[in-house]
Amino acid sequence: MRIGYYPGCSLHATSREFDESLRATAVALDVELAEIDDWSCCGATSGHATSHLLSVALPARNLALAEEQGMQEVLAPCAACYNRLASASHSLREDAGLEIKIKEILARPFANTVRVRNVMELYRSLIPQITEKSAGRLKGMKVACYYGCLLVRPPGVLAFDDAEQPTSMDEICRATGATSVDWNLKVECCGGAFSLSRTASVIRLGRAILEDARKAGAEALIVACPMCHSNLDFRQSAMTQSGETPMPVLFLSELVGMGLGLSARDMGMKRHFVNTGPIEKRATETAAQVAAEAAAKAAKAAETAAKATAQAGTAPAGKGVA
Amino acid sequence: MARIGVFVCHCGENIGRTVDCARVANELRDLPGVAHSVDYKYMCSDPGQSIVKQAIREKNLDGVIVAACSPHMHEKTFRRAVASEGLNPFLAEMANIREHCSWIHEDREKATDKAIEVCRSIVEKVKHNVPLETIRIPVTKRALVIGAGIAGIQAALDIADGGVEVVVVEKDPSIGGHMSQLSETFPTLDCSQCILTPRMVELYQHPNVKLITYAEVEEVSGYIGNFKVKIRQKARSVDADKCNGCGACAKACPNKKVPSEFDTGLGTRTAIYVPFPQAVPNIPVIDRAACALFRGRAKGLKKEACAKCREACSREAIDYDQQDTFIMQDIGAIVVATGYQLYSIGKDQPAGLTGYGEYGYGTIPDVIDGMQFERLASASGPTGGRIVRPSDGKEPKRIVFLQCIGSRDPAKGIEYCSKICCMYVAKHTMLYKHKVHDGQATVFYMDIRAAGKGYEEFTRRAIEEDGARYIRGRVSRLYRDGEVIKVQAFDTLSGEPILMDADMVVLATAMRPQPGIQLLAQTLSASYDQHGFFNEAHPKLRPVETNTAGIFLAGACQSPRDIPDSVAMASATAAKVLGMFSKDQLEREPTVARVDVSLCAGCFHCERVCPYGAITHLEIRDRKGNLVKVVADVNPGVCQGCGTCQATCPSKSVELSGFTDEQIYAAINALVL
Ligand SMILES: Cc1cc2nc3c(=O)[nH]c(=O)nc-3n(C[C@H](O)[C@H](O)[C@H](O)COP(=O)(O)OP(=O)(O)OC[C@H]3O[C@@H](n4cnc5c(N)ncnc54)[C@H](O)[C@@H]3O)c2cc1C
Repeated sequence: MRIGYYPGCSLHATSREFDESLRATAVALDVELAEIDDWSCCGATSGHATSHLLSVALPARNLALAEEQGMQEVLAPCAACYNRLASASHSLREDAGLEIKIKEILARPFANTVRVRNVMELYRSLIPQITEKSAGRLKGMKVACYYGCLLVRPPGVLAFDDAEQPTSMDEICRATGATSVDWNLKVECCGGAFSLSRTASVIRLGRAILEDARKAGAEALIVACPMCHSNLDFRQSAMTQSGETPMPVLFLSELVGMGLGLSARDMGMKRHFVNTGPIEKRATETAAQVAAEAAAKAAKAAETAAKATAQAGTAPAGKGVA
Repeated sequence: MARIGVFVCHCGENIGRTVDCARVANELRDLPGVAHSVDYKYMCSDPGQSIVKQAIREKNLDGVIVAACSPHMHEKTFRRAVASEGLNPFLAEMANIREHCSWIHEDREKATDKAIEVCRSIVEKVKHNVPLETIRIPVTKRALVIGAGIAGIQAALDIADGGVEVVVVEKDPSIGGHMSQLSETFPTLDCSQCILTPRMVELYQHPNVKLITYAEVEEVSGYIGNFKVKIRQKARSVDADKCNGCGACAKACPNKKVPSEFDTGLGTRTAIYVPFPQAVPNIPVIDRAACALFRGRAKGLKKEACAKCREACSREAIDYDQQDTFIMQDIGAIVVATGYQLYSIGKDQPAGLTGYGEYGYGTIPDVIDGMQFERLASASGPTGGRIVRPSDGKEPKRIVFLQCIGSRDPAKGIEYCSKICCMYVAKHTMLYKHKVHDGQATVFYMDIRAAGKGYEEFTRRAIEEDGARYIRGRVSRLYRDGEVIKVQAFDTLSGEPILMDADMVVLATAMRPQPGIQLLAQTLSASYDQHGFFNEAHPKLRPVETNTAGIFLAGACQSPRDIPDSVAMASATAAKVLGMFSKDQLEREPTVARVDVSLCAGCFHCERVCPYGAITHLEIRDRKGNLVKVVADVNPGVCQGCGTCQATCPSKSVELSGFTDEQIYAAINALVL
């Protein structure tokens, strides 16, 4: 499977581990990520706060490039990029006037045919492969899937999951053997881009999210948005009280990678602020346990099979005696 | 030569400002066939009509044109005036120089020219008008009421008291509708059952009423005054003639765990059951989906898996082999009173609506809807009137009500206001305070809409006397934190986010039409709006009629309504039905289609396009009785005079009286030649 790839600025900078883990899992799952040549900013945050036209023109340029380069689908892992690309494509479909204007600005052919995909959509379509390849490696690990505000909204534009009670990330986590806990703040806001301008709010919101996940018994928080990740990981020390165990915040691709048995180093997990050592260790433990269980089961199966053949060998003789 | 009178109306300033009415009258006067032409300020006024009448008398007119407003407005007025002078009313026509001219133009000169043309065209048409006679059709003086909630009951009683027979068809085992489930009712807080039950009994015992419960209307044919209705009587599995309502069967039934519809799932019932103690009729039905015997039969068991109810019945009334039966009725008028249902906010969403995952209804047990609160507050409810949490039976000390759940929310598919929720939420806060004295009720609202007699006072009382706390704003999420429900919201007046704890949350969900109502509407050829509510014929002037003659509306099937509104509408409908039945024959406008049987080739294109099903087949036979041909025929009782058949007919053998090709071409020629 080949899919266009739009990493966006985050995945080349603050969230490099997202990019690295995603690429690592893609190799393991036979997916070829074809990076759009000459991609540019998606217009998130400052772009779309400045002008509506700009907020559509910037993503449209990238979609036009993808089209030019023969891509039918483009994966945009960052939630903000995904949101911008998908929303722009949607606005252009709905608003013929805008489409004319954008085509003028782009000055290149553009038919708006490319489908924008998000990581959850990609992995969801690969659940059978993930299930098979991970063989339940993370069985027993409890994770809380955190979608945040952007990943599944606005409804109507991003229609791949329920905006209020999304489940796709949970399904993917379960495919690795992990348990996704039932918790309350799945789609709450983490403070997003206010990390620098209103840090106190971000800390208050983040604390509530971490607390609820902890209460639900989660060992790690799973995210698919660089912004959520940076808020909850980078600022976590300010969100936790002394004595509380830190909560590792993993990208979905990292969890899938751990499920597939990829090494933490190949996935760039050393870049996290919250130490991921313990959760990596936990993954090795669950994997060992699952392997041991599988071995025991296989041994038992072999034993019963042996017994059966042995019995098959003796039974007719016994009958003969009687 | 025709002797036509032209009467040009100024409509005060409405026409006079843009059209020079005197010039119109002057120019028309010179037209061949016009014997008289004048203008006047208000032609529809008494003196105005006298001018018309006087001219008919003195000038011996044989045709009349009133150049004024739309025929929808005053055609009837002038035709009546003309008829009073002995002239056939269909020789009078309106020339619309208001809606089609003065209201939409600015240039006085040009508008006047156009008005003259419009009048000329109608003059040419009237030259070809012929006298038409009012059609009279017989009427069966028996009404059918579909649905027996408070609206249906009231309509049926009023009609029956008027001395006319009424057939009432109710789909449920008992009559009463939603009102029977309510605890106490705003704005007076009188007990719902106490005021409803006497009416239910009255209906049951009324000599003019034939009550058919557990039944549905299957087919309707015919037309106003002459409907033929097929009713499916669903199998009760109980012989209604033998049963005396002793209740021994339900006591004997081993399956006591079926969620009770009447108690909105908060209580249970048996598989053979009467929905509630005061049910009318007090005859049980077997819920075959829940009954062990029928479940066994479905699985192919030869033996009866259970027969406890039959054993317990001393009157041999239980009949496991009862089948659905059909009842045919001749009906003159039909009243639809099928009421509403509440928006299901749980997991199963109706098509096109997304529901409210953020409120956890169906997953958080102490998040309930308004009707469930009614059952909890009702003395006859599953808790005997104690307001307690479904999860643990504890009394909630902090209760939160959310208004407009589903209503006024285009993002979730319903943009209309459900109208009654503001009032019943205020009522709920009072009922709560009257039972839980140390409790605190909080209401999240968008606006408080309390328009109605005593309504504003009622909501003020909830706030001022019973201490309900009203917060303007929406709740974004409800979630469980141990035993409490966290309510995350935004106060739009103070601009502050809110996070509060609640023990129980009540959602005031939108009112929607009954499921499957579109099918009934199609059976009745009545129209409904995009939400499925029945359409009235005119929102202001004909609010209880439908566009299909002889079909009337009452209650919440037309739009969200409370009890006072539903009852008022029901009485209005009854008056309409009784008015219709006050004559032995119905009069219809003669502007209906007619077939020229000598020309008709029997292709029946007209039958295929007729939206009212007015075309029938007529066999033409020679004197010996041999079939010559089959031609189309129009049932004048059903025809609404739309003219679609005329436009479709390839041989021009069907024509609409009053709008014949000859008339229309004459009018067009006057404009273009
Ligand atoms: C929580 C809540 C509280 C309320 N409190 C108040 C209050 O305090 N005061 C007040 O004035 N109003 C109140 N109301 C409003 C009140 O319930 C309605 O105004 C009233 O019930 C409308 O009556 P209806 O007869 O039109 O409809 P319904 O009560 O819905 O009755 C319709 C009947 O038609 C039957 N039916 C439906 N379809 C068919 C069919 N196809 N064939 C045959 N039969 C059919 C149904 O079974 C039902 O019996 C409240 C509503 C709610 C939801």
